Amino acid sequence: MNSRVVILLALIWFPLTAYVMFRSALGALANYLLLPAIPSVIVLYVLALRSWRESWVAIVGVSLVSFWLLMAVAAPYLPLVDPNKPLVPFLAPGGVRHGILFLLGSDMRGRDVLSRTVWGCQRVLVWGITATSVAYAVGAGCGLIAGYLGGWWDEFVSFASNVLLSFPVMVLFILVLNLLGQSGFNIIIAVTCSSAPVIMRIVRGLALDAKSRDYIQAAQTRGEHPLWIMLVELLPNVRGPIIVDASLRLGYTTVAITTLTFLGLGLQPPDPDWGLMIKEAATAALLWKYSYMMIVPALSVSSLILGFNLIADGLREMSLRD
Amino acid sequence: MGNLIVRRVTQMLLIMLTVSLLLFAIFDSDQFREKAAVAELGGFGVATLSADDYHEWLEKKGLNEPFLARYGRWLESVLHGDMGQSIEKDIAVSVLLKESLTNTGILAFFVFWIMIPVSLTLGVLAGMNTGSPLDRVISIVAVLTTSIPQIATAVLLTVILALGLGWVPTKSAMADGWSFRGLVLPLLTLLLYDIGYLVRMTRAAMTEVMASQYIRTAVLKGLPYRRVILRHALRNALIVPVTLIFLELNGLLSQVVVVEVFFQYAGFGRMLFDAANFGDLQVLQAATLVAVCVAVGSQLLSDAAYVFLNPRVRFT
Repeated sequence: MNSRVVILLALIWFPLTAYVMFRSALGALANYLLLPAIPSVIVLYVLALRSWRESWVAIVGVSLVSFWLLMAVAAPYLPLVDPNKPLVPFLAPGGVRHGILFLLGSDMRGRDVLSRTVWGCQRVLVWGITATSVAYAVGAGCGLIAGYLGGWWDEFVSFASNVLLSFPVMVLFILVLNLLGQSGFNIIIAVTCSSAPVIMRIVRGLALDAKSRDYIQAAQTRGEHPLWIMLVELLPNVRGPIIVDASLRLGYTTVAITTLTFLGLGLQPPDPDWGLMIKEAATAALLWKYSYMMIVPALSVSSLILGFNLIADGLREMSLRD
Repeated sequence: MGNLIVRRVTQMLLIMLTVSLLLFAIFDSDQFREKAAVAELGGFGVATLSADDYHEWLEKKGLNEPFLARYGRWLESVLHGDMGQSIEKDIAVSVLLKESLTNTGILAFFVFWIMIPVSLTLGVLAGMNTGSPLDRVISIVAVLTTSIPQIATAVLLTVILALGLGWVPTKSAMADGWSFRGLVLPLLTLLLYDIGYLVRMTRAAMTEVMASQYIRTAVLKGLPYRRVILRHALRNALIVPVTLIFLELNGLLSQVVVVEVFFQYAGFGRMLFDAANFGDLQVLQAATLVAVCVAVGSQLLSDAAYVFLNPRVRFT
């Protein structure tokens, strides 16, 4: 991860998050916000292709993820109809009405399935990545403290994580979202509660291992502040396994968000979301003729998660080879 | 070995105690208490609940006592098996719990009964010859089935098997009696993911064992290949998968929520979900407690199995 990649990720990430979470507050500016992100995605994809060319698994994975990322940032500029506008209900894929081509058909309320899929990708990706990042910030922070400082810190953090891990994930989600109410921000909290303990265990193990290495002891002898040692010396040096796990975890979080929306616990309608699309089609149009309404979002979410998993597999494979 | 298990049991008890305290605190929060008051007094929402009514209700229920006293009383009744009444269905929670757990138990039984032999066999076959065509096929299929989230698997299976071919009903509510045909879709949905996962883990363990020195020695000293695999490799390769099978119990409790809600199967996951949506707090609390018990118990079983199977842990 060099600085170029970090800048590119920031160029994609901040506008996209701002666009999805605060679109109404941004006003006219929102229309231009995502323009620089489009070339950034393409450049990032080319960079990934070049540095991962020895693993076709990672290439396939990054292609799938980049495709959806591109769809997410390009959604406002693609020639798509409004995803929430009722036009013609129950139109089969490929049908043309009012001079509009419904490539993937329309759903039971007459909304374009293709448009909803592309816009839904934006919500899934933004909330998924944000939730994973927050979980990582909390989990890695606790893991570093537990592993590096040890002692009572370790006892306390480990016990807290054991308590959280004793809840089955879905039970924890239902409990947290019922207690706090159903919104995107509470999904972040729920995901953090379930993922941070696992991340904490991983980082704790890595920190314990790295603690006795020479470079850490050198830093201690120099008299560096523990915070500096943890964040600048230790964390960057154990990033390999963390990046692999982060890629896997992005997949898990995407599953969680889609599933929660399906259960009606997550992001709220009417804005499109893959889980919501499946839920609506499964309740209102459960017939062979209309199965495209469910299949399109189901395949979309599967391909995105497959992408994350393949990136993780490829990275692990490459790290073992070195 | 005994020492280790005793230590784990103590740790688990401590965790259960903390979890019960945490759960009680959550369900004792004003937010949930107000919900319960509304449900019991028959109001239309938290907003319409007057402060006087609420305080009177708290007084009547004895909810104004100090926190710890109420926690003690609650813990005592739970330990006696008294989980309260369901507000929604007006029957004892323990009856409701027994019914739904039986249904989920049937589902879980078939999942394990099919998953264990199939995935262990496939995983061992793939890990025996890493890189062979068989390994490639098994690995790719396993990656695919673990990458498709269960919500998508449920959709695809419904579309193909129920809507397209019409072999099985789309929903498994089983309104007119229990039927195996209704169980097929939820069962397959659970199996596809779980088998893929266990196959990958078994393959990884088998690959590691096959690369070890003692297997090479066994092959070089001229033992028949069958014997090397069955007597030497399997014993070590299956330790991790067996512990994972126990942990699957925990995963299954999460997975059944989605699958049972999708297929409307009257099991534990659906009961938990309905209770959460309806605000049936006694049921939600009891269900959560049971879920945590099963999860913690499965962790304990998994640890015990590891200690029991792995001589390196047993004798040190």
